[in-house]
Order: sequence, then structure tokens, then C-alpha cells
Amino acid sequence: MPPSTPPTLASQAPSWALALLVVLLGLAAVATANRLSSAQAPIALPDLVELGPGAFRYRDPADVWRDGQPTSAPLQSIRIAGRLRIMRHQVTAADYQRCVKAQACLAIDGAIDGAIDGAIDADATPDRPVVKVSWRDADAYAAWLSRSTGLPFRLPTDREWAYAAGSRFADDAEPADAQGADPGRRVLARYDKDVDRNAGRDAGFGKTPQPIGTFGANEHGLLDVAGNVWEWTDTCFVRTTLDALGAVEANVVNCGVRLVEGRHRAYMPDFIRDARAGGCSVGTPPSAVGFRLVLDAAR
Amino acid sequence: MPAAAAAEALNLPRQKIELVAPPYVHAHEQATTAGPKIMEFRLVAEEKQIVIDDEGTKLRAMTFNGSIPAPLMVVHEGDYVEVTLVNPASNTMPHNIDFHSATGASGGGDLTLIGPGEQVMLRWKATRTGVFIYHCIPGGPMVPWHIASGMSGAVMVLPRDGLKDGAGKPLSYDRVYYLGEQDFYVPRDAKGKFKSYTTHVDAFADTMDLMHKLIPTHVVFNGAVGALTGKNAMPAKVGERVLIIHSQADRDSRPHLVGGHGDYVWETGKFANPPQTDLETWFIRGGSAGAALYKFLQPGIVAYVNHNMIEAFELGATAHFRVEGPWNEDLMTQVRAPGPLQKTNLER
Repeated sequence: MPPSTPPTLASQAPSWALALLVVLLGLAAVATANRLSSAQAPIALPDLVELGPGAFRYRDPADVWRDGQPTSAPLQSIRIAGRLRIMRHQVTAADYQRCVKAQACLAIDGAIDGAIDGAIDADATPDRPVVKVSWRDADAYAAWLSRSTGLPFRLPTDREWAYAAGSRFADDAEPADAQGADPGRRVLARYDKDVDRNAGRDAGFGKTPQPIGTFGANEHGLLDVAGNVWEWTDTCFVRTTLDALGAVEANVVNCGVRLVEGRHRAYMPDFIRDARAGGCSVGTPPSAVGFRLVLDAAR
Repeated sequence: MPAAAAAEALNLPRQKIELVAPPYVHAHEQATTAGPKIMEFRLVAEEKQIVIDDEGTKLRAMTFNGSIPAPLMVVHEGDYVEVTLVNPASNTMPHNIDFHSATGASGGGDLTLIGPGEQVMLRWKATRTGVFIYHCIPGGPMVPWHIASGMSGAVMVLPRDGLKDGAGKPLSYDRVYYLGEQDFYVPRDAKGKFKSYTTHVDAFADTMDLMHKLIPTHVVFNGAVGALTGKNAMPAKVGERVLIIHSQADRDSRPHLVGGHGDYVWETGKFANPPQTDLETWFIRGGSAGAALYKFLQPGIVAYVNHNMIEAFELGATAHFRVEGPWNEDLMTQVRAPGPLQKTNLER
């Protein structure tokens, strides 16, 4: 359980170099980060939801090829043995700004998010999810929050995210008419599925982050799961090659590309902040990308 | 001969055409054995607010018949084009039309300038074949502003005996699509968000300032980002010959079919010149229209882009053909699926 008195925040303005180091070391920095005395307000522990052990149906997010044909990963029954503690809501712009002020996170109006003429991002409304953050930004935030609270926060794996998302988790099986089809039929089946699932998906909300709770709670009490803000996970892109009998011949892992979860799965390079630029050339990218963290189960 | 009587004196038959919104084109004969006609069209200037991307960005648009681009008008060489231009009283500005395929009086612009609550009728003879743009040309800075707000379309004047290749062999098409490429200039506020305006007049000064920089915020086909993708992708079938007409009233463009070719391309759009063949990318000069004929050979999603990919992927200049039919393994096959690196003989 979380401690009743949260540790204080590191205060002596860390140098740029330290901030960069934190980004690079990521979670490795957590164990070694020292705690400096603080003049700033202490960082409150995030509101966490705790899920007990359980089982659920799940399909690994790998890009699977069987005997030279793209196919879906098998649907499996997954058991979560321990408890899972995950943020009730997505990290807000105000939360993220505290990390920026501590010089442990890059500002969201940075040069790589496509902002024009140095304009400040007008989406950065304090009580709404932070968006236009890359996986690296989210990772840096997790490292800072861990240092600041003394608790090991990190991004969820895709399995953890799916377990917490519950009924809001979207299976991403290949469309039936894409299986075993020629390249033309396959691309049409995928295109049509993409068109269908995105029809009116942002109706009434657009791509602008909405106040926390706008999209309601799921059965576990998590807010805004699969709303209009997708979430970074820690899961890397994997390509799996199966033989004709379904045995794994090879797995190629690319951790420069991470899985983004929400109304549908998407893959984005870890440095990309603008969801519009995410994903590949085919398929609708996420409307916006933010994140929520889990407390490492080992604690 | 008395004014406005020349064509009547010829006692020509008349045909009234109901225009349709692009990318579709009204029914027409590709070749005709009939004699010239007086072809009647009606264009209504419409000032309105439209949404031009999936972020909900609003533009104070100006249109003919409500669409961007304005409808394609198809006639045959030697026909007379008789256009009634209407400027409804609900509009705030004068409008007129310059037809690039017409001869004299600024393409008709000098004879068609009307204010809100007026209408005018112009007739001109289609003496040259090809695809030609038309646009509003009300004078001074109103010209680029009205054009950048959406007021352009195209006319296709077909040879009476139809299209031909360089050797004089007849060419025909199973479908025709009209794509109007449009650059938009939407001002931003201090926070970098696109601004919207209560009236067209309110939008004028900011928009002109941005236009002077010559860098559009949007470059789109048919009036909005994604107007011709997703559920609006243009249908076609393997084996069909599709004529693609492309106009751009302001800027140069360089159309390209991703995974396809231009079988016959009238790059400058004028059918008296032999079409170029087997092109990968062609060129549309700003202020003109071009035509490309392509027989689809593979199924799938075939993107039609401005191959300045910055404009295609960042500013919106992408359209999709949704092509159904059998895959041709001979033309392409994936010999080996993606997988781990293989050791080559050299590496061993």
C-alpha cells in the first residue's frame, strides 16, 4: 500500500544534463536517485486503482506471419497472479508541468511537436490529460515521479494495460476476409475495418483532450480508458514468424517503436509526440496520445 | 448580327445540364456524331463556412454551387456554353467568372460581374479541346482571395470524335473523376490555433497577410483533408480505364499514383496535343488543369497524391482509389515474408 506521508520533492534545480541523464537512464535512475530537500510543495501520490489477481482473454500485440501469410496472434487466456496498481486517470497537463518545472521533463511546447512560431500548445489545459508527449517524455515522467515519491512508477506493459482496461480493451484480430487473402484484398479488408471503427469516433469531442472523467469509468474504476486520448505502453514492437504448423521460428523485437493503447492498438516511434504523425502510412492514427503509470508489482 | 443572337441564328438544339458535385461528373458522350449544341449550365455563387480538416478547422469559403472545386462542365468542341451565374441576395460580395476555355473579355469575367441579388447569362463558343479551369476574378486582391477561398472549377471540351492517343487511335474511359486541388490559408491565433471568423469580411485582412507568405496551411483535394479517403475513397475495378482530371488554380502540383502510372497523360490538359505515355509523376501548372488516363491493374488502395509528400501527408493532398478485383501475382509477389535477417553466403 502507498505510504501515508509522501516523500518530498527534489528541489535544487537539477541541471539540464541531469534531466537528460534521467531521460536516458529511464527507470534505471530510480534506484540510484537521491532525495534532496525540497522547498516546493510535495508531490501527492497519484490516485491508484488496485486490481486483484484474475484471468482474461488476450491476444499478444505481435505482427505475426505464419507460413508467409499475415495472421492474428492466438487468443489466449492470461492469468495475472499478483495485484496491479494503476493510475485511476491519465497524467494531466498540470501533473506533467510539475515535472517540467523540476527540469526532469521536456516542456510540451518543445520544438519537435510541430508547434508553429514557438506557440504554446493550446491543448495544455491543466485539468485535462497531457498529450503530445512521446514515450521518452512518459518514461522521463515515470523516472521523476519515482524519485519524487520514492515509489517505483513505470509505464504499463500491454498485458497490464489490457487487464486494467477490462471491457474497454479492443481486440485487434486481422479481419476475417484478410486472412489468407492476396495483397489487394488484404489491404482493402484492413482499410474497411479502419474506416468502420473510426467512423465518428471523436464526435462531439474532436482530438482535444477533455476534462478527467469525461469518458466515464470502466468496471475497475479507471477513468477515460479508450476515450479520445490513447496511452503509451512499455511494450516494444515484435514481429513473429511462425512455421506452417504454428511453431515460432523467430521473434524480432524493435524497442524504438512502442505500442500505444486505446480504442485500437497503434505503434509509434518512441520519440514521436504528435499522434497524427504516429502509426504507419495505412490506418488512422490515434486522436491524441498521453499516458498513465503503474506502480511496479515488485513493491 | 444583333448582339446575343449569333447562336440562335444557327438554330442549334439546346441541352440543359444538371451539374453534380465533384469528384463525380455529369453524364456525357465521350464522342458524338451529333452537331454542335447550346449547352446550358447554372452556377450559383455561395459564401459559407466549411470545415476543412478533421481537427474541425473552419474556413470562410466561397464556392460555385457549394462545392470545392466547382463542378466539372463537359461539352464538345464547337458547342456553345451558356452559363447563368446567380449571386444570391444572402451573399455579401460581387462575383464573376473567368473561363480559361473562352475567348475575350477576361474569359467572360468583364461581362459577368454581379452583386448580391443579381444574375447574368454568358454564352461562349468552345473552340479548343482540353480541360480548362474557370475561376472568380472580381478584381484587385479579391481575385486571389476568392480563388484561395474555393472559387474555381473546370470545363472539359472533348473532341467531337473523342480522345486519341499519339498515333490517332481512339481512347475511351470507363469512369471519370474530377479532383480539384486547393490551397487554403487559415490564420492562427497567438497560441497557434487556427482562427475562425464570424464573417468573410472579418477574415479578409488576416487571410491576405498569410497568403502573401505563399505558404498554405492546407493543400487538399475536394475541399477538405480526407474528402476523398476512407468512406469517400473513389471506387474503381481492376481492368477499368479511369480518366482523372486535376485542376489547380493557384499553385503547381505533381500528381502521382502510388503503385500505378499515367498510361496517357495530357499534362497541359489540351487534347490537340498527343498524350505522353507511361508517366510516373506529371505536372499540373498553377492556373491549369490536366488529364490522365490509367487502367487499374492491381486491387487495393491506390493513393493519388501530390508528390511533394510534405503537401500530401502534412497538408492534406492525398486522395484514395478503392480498387477491387483479382491480384496479379506476375506483376508483383512477396517472395519472402518479413522476418529476421538471413545469413548470406558472403557472411558465412
